[in-house]
Amino acid sequence: MPKKKTVPRRAKAAPASGVILVDVREPDDAPPAPPGDAVPGMTRAIDLGVRLLDQNDRQAAANRALLHERGIRTLNFVSSPGAGKTTLLERTLAALAGEVRCAVLVGDLETDNDARRLRREGVPVAQITTGGTCHLDAAMVARGLAALPLEGVRLLFVENVGNLVCPASFDLGENRRITLLSCTEGEDKPLKYPPIFTSAHAVILNKIDVAAALGFDRAAATANLRHMAPHAPIFELSARTGEGFDAWLAYLRALL
Amino acid sequence: MHELGIAESALAMVLTQARKAGASRVEQIVIRVGALSGVDPEALRFAFTAILPGTAAADAILQIDPVPAVAYCPDCQHDFALEDNFFMECPTCGRPNAVLKTGRELDLMRIEVT
Repeated sequence: MPKKKTVPRRAKAAPASGVILVDVREPDDAPPAPPGDAVPGMTRAIDLGVRLLDQNDRQAAANRALLHERGIRTLNFVSSPGAGKTTLLERTLAALAGEVRCAVLVGDLETDNDARRLRREGVPVAQITTGGTCHLDAAMVARGLAALPLEGVRLLFVENVGNLVCPASFDLGENRRITLLSCTEGEDKPLKYPPIFTSAHAVILNKIDVAAALGFDRAAATANLRHMAPHAPIFELSARTGEGFDAWLAYLRALL
Repeated sequence: MHELGIAESALAMVLTQARKAGASRVEQIVIRVGALSGVDPEALRFAFTAILPGTAAADAILQIDPVPAVAYCPDCQHDFALEDNFFMECPTCGRPNAVLKTGRELDLMRIEVT
């Protein structure tokens, strides 16, 4: 018999110690035989109890660990389309320029328009084009992180896809989830889309400069926000005019 | 419509587990969906009808068990259900310290195979 065939499957070459390692584990894709008491055709129950988003949550934990190791605090901005996430980030980046090194990940179905708007000297920006996916997930953020130069970065802003539903289910590895509501939306939006508001660490009520013209009831809106996220600070501001911005910037500085 | 992606990952888990158990057919799939999971049970059911055909789970019955949202107030030391609305303030003391106990579940609980 040729010598090669006497060696068991997956035997490894002898290491320096002279020990021969024989790995007899089944390859992962081999279907094992049914248990001995299985009767063909009879139904068996298999208890699983696994989270459907387990894979995403593991990747989110890995992202969080990587960012923590690098000393980066991460904020995930979620809102409906047009609530003012990009304008908020434009003004925030301008206010923190020269003081806190920031980086941005922007998610959209198509175009890099937002990334272009946010590009500033010294601020690395990566556009994540989801091509139709209605939210960012932790794996997309991991790929975005790999593309960003993160040296010296203290704050990472993740601008999620504009959508008040799906992003609520996906942990990205952020430290803070910031949900925006704008005065061009209804005061009762928080009541209509509970998960994205109850899961927020902080809420921004944006476009307060046009609230009066629109007949938007700010008191009713903030009352609704408090019902859904009583623990979350609410920042009433205008990303366009800068009104109310000091409290928001103080919140960011306190995270560092 | 993130329910489709969630259904796809659920089906992948189901088929892997069925194969590991040496089963040829999946008869039932039991999933638990919390009221604050962000997933709509009917959209999830619709997504499954689109992806099950042609798989070992083609004829599986999909059972979706809803999980109500329940919060705990540490000040009053009691649970309260978030029923018609999802107000997180404690209905007894009105303070904002309640924590969500259940409602974010999105779990593959059990499969039945032959």
